Amino acid sequence: MSQSYRQIFGDGLWNNNVAMGQMLALCPLLAVTTTATNGLGMGLASMVVLLLTNVIISSIRGIITPQVRIPVLIVLIATVVTLVDMAINALLHPLYKVLGLFIALIVTNCAILGRAESFAAKNGVRLAAADALAMGLGFTWVLIVIGGMREILGSGTLFSHASLLLGDSFAWLEITVIPNYSGILLSVLPPGAFIALGLLIAFKRVVDRRLKSGNTEQLVVPTL
Amino acid sequence: MATVASPSYRQRVSYHAGLLAGICCLVSMLLLIGNMESEEIISDHLEADKQFLLGQVLPAALYDNAPLREIEVLDNINGFTKPVEIAPAMLAGQLSAVVLQSSVGGWGDNIQFIIAADKQGNITGVRVISHKETPGLADGIELDKSDWITRFNGHSLQSLSPSQWAVKKDGGEFDQFTGATITPRAMVNGVHRALEVMAEWQQQQLASQPPREQEQQQPPAAAPATAAPTAVEHQQGVNP
Repeated sequence: MSQSYRQIFGDGLWNNNVAMGQMLALCPLLAVTTTATNGLGMGLASMVVLLLTNVIISSIRGIITPQVRIPVLIVLIATVVTLVDMAINALLHPLYKVLGLFIALIVTNCAILGRAESFAAKNGVRLAAADALAMGLGFTWVLIVIGGMREILGSGTLFSHASLLLGDSFAWLEITVIPNYSGILLSVLPPGAFIALGLLIAFKRVVDRRLKSGNTEQLVVPTL
Repeated sequence: MATVASPSYRQRVSYHAGLLAGICCLVSMLLLIGNMESEEIISDHLEADKQFLLGQVLPAALYDNAPLREIEVLDNINGFTKPVEIAPAMLAGQLSAVVLQSSVGGWGDNIQFIIAADKQGNITGVRVISHKETPGLADGIELDKSDWITRFNGHSLQSLSPSQWAVKKDGGEFDQFTGATITPRAMVNGVHRALEVMAEWQQQQLASQPPREQEQQQPPAAAPATAAPTAVEHQQGVNP
């Protein structure tokens, strides 16, 4: 079960991306991506939780038996999410006001359990940490792209309120793409999320097909 | 079945049970510690948030007490979807304003708001605390999105007749949003109803307050003047 870091990151960022390859975590993805900033916040919070759970589960994988692994993993993930939730609320309260909703939602993110079960429980701590980073980054960029698409079409801005999330030094991120834009309401409403996700998945399929026909050895088989 | 990777004792039910129990114990302790460490800081933050919100609707010059510590909850008030929380703002021991927090039913879900009015019943501020109205259409009730919510400022039950307390579409004084009437209508009705509840509550407070103040002042005053109680009795006898 040895995988190169290159392969891990390739899987996480593109081939076996959480949202586009594994088709997991779609519920938080569709719910929070009304702006690129929300997507970024959700992505970062998921990545932190994923990193912690992967490392913890990988380091105790020796004592977990297959029969009770699911309840053990769920208890650990729920604990980590709750602790992260309390820590951010206590220490970074302004951030919590922006992210608070998303952090609790991470418990319902089946991608975390998916990675714990399929990767961290079978690999060493370093590989598990790399996998968490790769999957987290992959999830984050998809969230930002979908959030960005919906935000530009829906309200004509990009990364609005980013300084609330990242601090005032990131105020330059807030761009008004189309001034005085009334916006396509559909894009901000839930159907807009489905349409944006569908377009992104179709884009990935087209690119993969191109790659495949160009180089027949590079078969892309999404696996969990 | 027993291999180096999974020795035989791990196949037993007691191992599984012990593992689960152990992990649950460990996790409960962690959560307990985390909760103990963060509880106080979080409640301080929440208090500060509430104080900030109060500052948004009530000018600091109007009160010197802590209204958030004197909240009274009124159940089953018509027109609201949640119990009404109402608190007095006092200045130098006198009631100076009333703060009310509750929810009304909007288009999406409950719209939670806070409102304050001075003792003449003029609104000093209204803010929406949380809502789930359609983004882009009906979220103009947020101060971030539009100044609509500030147009309540200064109005009272006297400044507008009951029929004027409505959106323009219904013949009232307040703008609706393009494509969204239900949300502003709910807000206008909620604010109007809140004013009525606050006025009624203020009456009760004022009616119950003077005797309480007299009781507090009586002990020093009653000792020298023994004739005072009979005068009070006399008045009470005449009044009905």
